Amino acid sequence: MKAILHRREVVSSLLKNRKGLLVVAGLGSTAWDITAAGDHDLSFPLWGAMGQAAMMGLGLALAQPKRRVLVITGDGEMLMGIGAFATIGVQQPANLTVVVIDNARYGETGMQATHTAAGVDIAAIAKASLFRNTMTVTSRDRLSAVGKLIRQTKGPNLAVVKVVAEKIPLVLPPREGALLKARFRRALLGPSADGI
Amino acid sequence: MPPLKNPPASADWPQQIHAELKAAGIRIVAYVPDGGHKRLIELCHADRAMRAVVLTTEEEGIGLVSGAWLGGEKAVLLMQSSGVGNVINTLGMVKECRFPLVTLVTMRGHEGEFNPWQVPMGQATRVTLEAMGTIVHDASSAEAIQPTVNAALRLAYNSYASVAVLIAQHVIGIKSFQDQSAK
Repeated sequence: MKAILHRREVVSSLLKNRKGLLVVAGLGSTAWDITAAGDHDLSFPLWGAMGQAAMMGLGLALAQPKRRVLVITGDGEMLMGIGAFATIGVQQPANLTVVVIDNARYGETGMQATHTAAGVDIAAIAKASLFRNTMTVTSRDRLSAVGKLIRQTKGPNLAVVKVVAEKIPLVLPPREGALLKARFRRALLGPSADGI
Repeated sequence: MPPLKNPPASADWPQQIHAELKAAGIRIVAYVPDGGHKRLIELCHADRAMRAVVLTTEEEGIGLVSGAWLGGEKAVLLMQSSGVGNVINTLGMVKECRFPLVTLVTMRGHEGEFNPWQVPMGQATRVTLEAMGTIVHDASSAEAIQPTVNAALRLAYNSYASVAVLIAQHVIGIKSFQDQSAK
């Protein structure tokens, strides 16, 4: 089935009224997507460490059990660290949701087909890895269900959102890793972020 | 046989590491199992104030430790020397972001190694870590482990550094496949 959703609209819609939501975005297009939706101190866009977005989310979720944590990443990035599903499944973080923006392409390297283009089912892998709720979304009217997963539903949760493979303008977040780390910790932890 | 009256202080170095981790406020211990870390992993699982997280591969631990630090929590990573090869690219994030990281590595491929396939990565462990900006501390005897882990924790969290402690193979004392499977 041909995807009809556009990634920037999907991500903007999921991050609308984000309030205290803690967000990690995977290397590449999803880091640009969350920036296009509005750069935020409580966003951590990854510029490297491909495959680690979901594990960053797990670490954050375990450290902050009272906050909701959202990982937004691409299908290629998630596939590189797919073992993280099993690790998350064992830990059962109730406050973690992973959203995979799936265009079935490696978008930053020439739009080569990923494994999902051949039918590999990321939501099925998550379900088999003990995620509590999983869904694959192809239409706009299902985005509110994803929003509910992110904000309310006991996790771990995973949603795959199928999107059009399109080349769109880059919207780049700050680049310096130490800055991204420090601003996130200050916004979350206040002055204690700078203590030991 | 009656128990030794005065067992050497070094005999229970896994317990000493566990005590150091607790004293440093470590609440999450991520690991890929290794025979050399068996007892420490058991101690961490048994400690209700700690969460021991089993990983499918070592680089997951770099993501986990980094995410935990973003959330204000300290986590450490346990692995065998072969795992150092798996984390190379992710150490780039640790360096760029200056995430504090303590990695406790049990060595293979060194003194008396019996599995030739362990030797290449074991011999390359130090240079690999150093090439990626991780500071390497050696714990070359059982007595050295506790103070070395203590120093590594202080260096990492006071200076936002990535520090690895290499626990020497002769301290771990696995000399054959039979030893390994009997652990």
